[in-house]
Formats: sequence, C-alpha cells, structure tokens
Amino acid sequence: MLEQLEGSQAVARAVAACRPEVIPAYPISPQTHIVEALSAIVKAGELGSCQFVNVESEYAAMSLAIGASATGARTYTATASQGLLYMAEALYNASGLGLPIVMTLANRAIGAPINIWNDHSDSMSQRDSGWIQLYVESNQEAADTHVLAFRLAEELSLPVMVCMDGFVLTHAYERVDVPSAEQVERFLPPYEPRQVLDPDDPVSIGAMVGPEAFMEVKYLAHVKQMQALDLIPALAGELGRALGREQGALVRSYEAEGAETVIVALGSVLGTIEDAVDELREEGMSVGAVSLRTFRPFPLAELRATLRGAKRVVVLEKALAVGVGGIVSQNVRIALAGCDAHVHTVIAGLGGRPITKASLYGLLRDADAERLQPMTFLDLDHELVQRELQRTRAKRRSGPHAENMLRDIGVVAAGPV
Amino acid sequence: MFQIRIHGRGGQGVVTAAELLSLAAFADGKFAQAFPSFGSERTGAPVTSFCRVDEREIRTREPVLAPDALVIQDATLLHHVDVFAGLQAEGYVLINSARPFAELGLGEWSGGFRPERLLCVAASEISREHLGARPNTALLGGLAALTGVVSLHSLLGAIEERFAAAGRAQANAAAARACFEQVRDACGEPVHA
Repeated sequence: MLEQLEGSQAVARAVAACRPEVIPAYPISPQTHIVEALSAIVKAGELGSCQFVNVESEYAAMSLAIGASATGARTYTATASQGLLYMAEALYNASGLGLPIVMTLANRAIGAPINIWNDHSDSMSQRDSGWIQLYVESNQEAADTHVLAFRLAEELSLPVMVCMDGFVLTHAYERVDVPSAEQVERFLPPYEPRQVLDPDDPVSIGAMVGPEAFMEVKYLAHVKQMQALDLIPALAGELGRALGREQGALVRSYEAEGAETVIVALGSVLGTIEDAVDELREEGMSVGAVSLRTFRPFPLAELRATLRGAKRVVVLEKALAVGVGGIVSQNVRIALAGCDAHVHTVIAGLGGRPITKASLYGLLRDADAERLQPMTFLDLDHELVQRELQRTRAKRRSGPHAENMLRDIGVVAAGPV
Repeated sequence: MFQIRIHGRGGQGVVTAAELLSLAAFADGKFAQAFPSFGSERTGAPVTSFCRVDEREIRTREPVLAPDALVIQDATLLHHVDVFAGLQAEGYVLINSARPFAELGLGEWSGGFRPERLLCVAASEISREHLGARPNTALLGGLAALTGVVSLHSLLGAIEERFAAAGRAQANAAAARACFEQVRDACGEPVHA
C-alpha cells in the first residue's frame, strides 16, 4: 500500500518485516529515527521475542551484533559517520567471521570539522572492510533493498551495509510502498546460519591464524564477496517479482547507451542528475547517467560493458581521498582500462553542500565542450580558500581554518575571537 | 511542479509543517516530497524546510531554490536570512505577522510581485487562541487558502493523522481552519493550485 512516509520510518518497517531477532543500537544523527522506530515496534510486541538492546557505543553495537549473529540470530543495526568509524575494528571482525549482519548506514560526513550533513566519506572509508555495500536512490529503494540485503547476507554468510543518504533520504517524506511481512516471507526464508555457536555441537570461531593460512582465509573472503556479483542480479529479479516492482542490481543505466558523456554517481543524487540529463538531452546533448547500486563488490565487468561506448565518463563522488582525489573514479578507471573514454573526477556535495541542477548543467556542458579538467571540486569557493591561504602566509599562528573561514563568510556562530 | 519553502525558527514546527503539507498533497492524489535543512539543532536557530508537489514522480533532491510559495513563520527572520531568495515573479508569500507588508519594511520590495499573492496573517494569535502553541498548522491553513496547493480537507486529515496520538489534533485543526477562513475572506478563492 502506498503511503507518504519518512524514509527512516519506511526502512524501520521494512526491516521489521524481515523479522530480526536482535537489534543492538546506539543513536547518531541522521540514523536515529530508524532505530527509534524499531524500538517502538519491538516494544509494541510486533516482533515477538526480538531483543532491542540499547548499548553504550557503536563499538558495543557491532560487538553485540557479532555475538548475536554468531548464535544464529538474524541481526540488524544502523549507524552513521563517526559511529561507523568507532565500530571499524568490529566491522572487520563481522566480515572476517562471515556473519550476515545487515546494517543501515545513514551517510554523513566525517569530522573534523564536525558536520552532521550528508556525504559518502563514512561508507567510503570502510569500503574495504569486507562488507557488501549497496547504495540506494530513493526511499522506496531503501525499503526494498533491506529485504534483499538480509537474503543476500544470509545466502553468502557475509555482512551487508545498505547506504542511504542522511537527511536527504532518512528525513525526507515521499511515497513508499513498504514491503509487507507476507511479501517478505515469500522471498526471505527463515535464517539458517552457516556459522553458528551451538552448545550441542561446540566449535570455536575467531581462532588465531598464522602465515600458514591467513592469506587463504582472506582470499576466500574475496571469492565469497565476488559471488555477490552473480547473486545480486538473481535476487533483484526474484524480489522484483515478489514485490511487483523492478529492483536495482549492480549498475543502473539511464539513457547511457550510446551517450557520448556519461555521468556516474551513487545514491540519492541520481534523481537530480536524471532531471538534468532529460533537460540537456532536449537541448541535443548526448548525455546519460549510470547509478552504481553495488559498490562492493565492485561490478567491473558490468560497468565496463555499460560505459565502453562513452567518450567521456564524469564520476561525481561525495567523498574525497585527501592526497589523491577520487575514490569511485579510481575504481571506474580500473573498469575502463584499455578503453578510450576519458574519466573525470568530480568531488561534490561534501558536508551537505547541495548538488544543484544548475551546477550539474554547468558541469555537463563543460564536459560536452571538452573543457572539464581531470579533477574538479564542484562549486568550490576558490576565493574563500585563497583568502585563508593568504592569512596563513601572513601570520604563523593564523588560527584554525574552519573558524577563520566561517568568520570570513559572516556566519554568526563563529563570532570574533 | 509547485515548490514551497518554509522559514522559521527551531521549535516553531517548521519541519513538521513541510511534512504535513506533503501528507495533505499525497491525500489529494499528488506526488509530494518534504525535507528539512537542519542547522545546529537548537531552539530559536533559523530552520528551513521544503515541500514539492507535482502530478508526476519527483526525482530532484536539490533544496527549493526557486520557490512558488514562501511561508515565513517568524517575521524577525526578514532581517537575518535572505528568505526571498529565488522567489518566482508569480510567487506567493505568507508571513506570520499582525502587521502588513509596508509596516514590515517590505513596501518597496513587494512592488515587483503580484500584490494579491502577498499576505500577512496573525497566525501566532490564531494559534494562541486555539492551542496556545506553534503557528505552523494555522499558517498551513492560510497557505491552502492563498494558493490552493492542498485542499483544506486533506490538510485537516494530515493534522488528524499526525496529532491524534498526542491528543492535539482538534486544536491544530481548529487553528488551521480559522486561518484558512481568515485568508479566504481576505483573498477570495485561490488563484492557482
């Protein structure tokens, strides 16, 4: 049934329809509404014996998730930003032990300077933690993808992170058809763990492994994750039939076939990009878009097949690898090795900077006219940066950059020293 | 597409207002999208929220930069925030104030816009009379009367859905209805929806 819902509510209800048995949670914006809603659902008795555990930190949340999952319980949690960093060690343990935990990441920037708004710095920082990473464009996709995530995680015995843009999606009200418990039941069988601590059949997990087998264990993790490249499209097809709407899988192409310029991005910005693509195509520009739905494992072959005809590929990414530039574009370049396409890195939307249609028009017109540099910071206020550099040169103790620049642009909160 | 931007301060229900508007538009059978622009989450700080209403699926996620309608929940913001940024020439403005545009120092500014689409309404007074609290629901009633972007029936339904559990539905609905009637009496039937 279609409803007008907040994204966080839609996700909470879709997760509840998957009948998790343990939910350890620690609040952090912009994820909090999701676990708040789930706590109410558990409290109301709608999930039977499901345990919602308020823990003292994100490190504890993931550690408890590991323990719960290892006993054979379907386990879910959610976090964002610094919370993800705080659980980083446990993330590697969850994947290394092969535990099918599902986690929502409400994408948010990482400090310093502290910032609560959306970008992809958090999930990108953990891209190599062994978790599968799926990115969603809308709240309908967010709700549906969690259902797929549980099945995927449990079939491969690997953890899955569903990345949804903080605030932009988590706090947005739009129409969503939340998968019902009946629909989910037809798609998601009861959890039968591959890795389980069972008193009747005791084993120990997490053993010390030396040089004699460590590489083999890690290699196996890679092989297992790569299996998701076949499994995700198969599951997306099956879920699509169960829910009666098409599901994204590895990459989704929008008018990209035969386009000279193709813009590649992840998450909710695709909506704005698609509007821009439509209008620029009406002007006669040969432009299309590709959504990278699955980032880990990285769909090299599928992306190569989708992009190989393009003259230029513009990778719009909401994270910055300081000291080198793009993260997504590095992966895209691997996919396009040996192809003629020029790959451009565009860093955009850091810390919640809006990515506007006007900026996208400018960007794509520059690309179309062969004016786009290999590396661009979209809508960067170069003059503000230059003035701060000037202050730094003028005085050795010129003060903190963040506060100086806020004062420069007249943001009241910074105030005079 | 009809785009609304709501300006107010933390604690005035600015975010809730956009959400209610989207619920009402959905009930009217439209596509709607509401989302906030949070600053530091504290009482009294300027807050902005957005709502888009359309006959077809809304894909864009950029903030509302060129609003068709503005709701200013707190007139003191006029001097701190560029609330009118991007307002369409044919746009509507609804300000929560007992004083008219001229007295708010907007006489000259308003010359560039259609006068019948610019209105001040004493929503705080209406709200105090009916529920003693936030002006957001009253202003939504006023916006419905001024623009017709949502029907009063759907707005009252959204208010019921949102506030019933807290026992505040009736008072909020009364405030919305009172402001709707006041604006309708001042402006007549809405020019556009």
